[in-house]
Amino acid sequence: MTARLVLQSADITRALTRISHEILESNRGASDLVLLGIPTRGVVLARRLGEILDSIEPGSGTVGFLDVTMYRDDLAKNPTRAPSPTQIPAGGIDGKTVVLVDDVLYSGRTIRAALDALNDIGRPRAVRLAALVDRGHRELPIRADFVGKNLPTAASERINVRLLEVDGVDEVTIEGGEA
Amino acid sequence: MRHLLSTKDLSRDEAVAILDVAEDMADVAGREIKKLPALRGKTVVNLFFEDSTRTRISFEAAAKRLSADVINFSAKGSSVSKGESLKDTAQTLAAMGADAVVVRHQASGAPSVLAQSGWIDAGIVNAGDGTHEHPTQALLDAFTIRRRLHGASARGRDLDGVTVTIVGDILHSRVARSNVWLLSTLGAHVTFVAPATLVPIGIGDWPVTVGYDLDAAIAAKPDVVMMLRIQGERMNAAFFPTAREYARQWGLDDERLAKLPASSLVMHPGPMNRGLEISAKAADSAQSTVLEQVANGVSIRMAVLYLLLSGTTGEM
Repeated sequence: MTARLVLQSADITRALTRISHEILESNRGASDLVLLGIPTRGVVLARRLGEILDSIEPGSGTVGFLDVTMYRDDLAKNPTRAPSPTQIPAGGIDGKTVVLVDDVLYSGRTIRAALDALNDIGRPRAVRLAALVDRGHRELPIRADFVGKNLPTAASERINVRLLEVDGVDEVTIEGGEA
Repeated sequence: MRHLLSTKDLSRDEAVAILDVAEDMADVAGREIKKLPALRGKTVVNLFFEDSTRTRISFEAAAKRLSADVINFSAKGSSVSKGESLKDTAQTLAAMGADAVVVRHQASGAPSVLAQSGWIDAGIVNAGDGTHEHPTQALLDAFTIRRRLHGASARGRDLDGVTVTIVGDILHSRVARSNVWLLSTLGAHVTFVAPATLVPIGIGDWPVTVGYDLDAAIAAKPDVVMMLRIQGERMNAAFFPTAREYARQWGLDDERLAKLPASSLVMHPGPMNRGLEISAKAADSAQSTVLEQVANGVSIRMAVLYLLLSGTTGEM
């Protein structure tokens, strides 16, 4: 099966830089921003966004991570998943603007779980969503506020996001989808 | 994981995985809303044929924090006192739709009978059976040691090279048995110190060093000293002359506490007999992990219930 390269390292960096500016623009500055990455690759992306935000407006890149395993609606339908750690920045999320960061936005069910998880941690002023790739096929009324790239796909295709920190290479590829 | 019956069945990786999940569960205890929806709609039955406060409450708190429904059953005041058999009790619970059964029984092997009999389809967790095993206690002990030694970087690590001295009634102790298998699987070195009358026959096959002198064991500067409870209810023969003599020979008193390195942990599975196997000063010192063990017990039991009850196959 052949994999088609969609985004290269430079494309990913460019997309993240644009998203950072969009976040600052929509938030009207850097105050009370908290980026929460969703494991595994969302955490890496959140850290990178945090660094870019810091370079634009120092002190704006508050980054944490949010594990949603326990809140998934498919726990009983899949083999047991081991949870990942959750780390909320010291200031908490009450009254803050939380930006959830994930690699691929697909059915929207992960984000639903993340919203439930946030609910148990505090009450943010607003919750936004940033995704590197939006591949469509939503099953819930959820949309991304900041998107790296919209990739119209068939449900049979597979999107692979590989990031340097986890996979040793920065790239986004599409696999399969013969039909 | 289908059942948790013995720590002997756990591989190093499985044991570390349980401890890692427990780390995540422990984070939840620090939150304002101490609840996760992972086991919503599942039913956990606490089937206790023997008295217990901390283990039963700990399992109950763990199940409730994971949003499972909990049914408590104690043999006293139930049909068991009318002569109902374990089989009939198990089948009754199965008919009520229990997803997991936490069993404490005075007979060694009762949980594994339940797991293998086919009377009930639920996952079985051994919460202490006779003088056999108490696996969640060993897991929480290992978790407590790992947290104290490695702090925030504990995830993924085992207990390689840690020296643990377990003191007291080894003969009747299911805690000691579960700890021997688990701690040695995790790479720790276990030493037993006990009166010769309270050392079980056939201990030569266990991965432990046996000693009879507590002062010599303390002089060896162990990383952990675990005092076991003298179980009054099982002292039906003359294992030692008097309680005072036991306390003088094998009790962790103030003098022995002073000789112990300041970095060594003092552990006790509870309930403590203050003044007998452990002095009040030792129990309340900064080295003592007794209350941490109780708190960590909830996290460990959450991890075990989660791994048992989530997922289709229960495979990890």
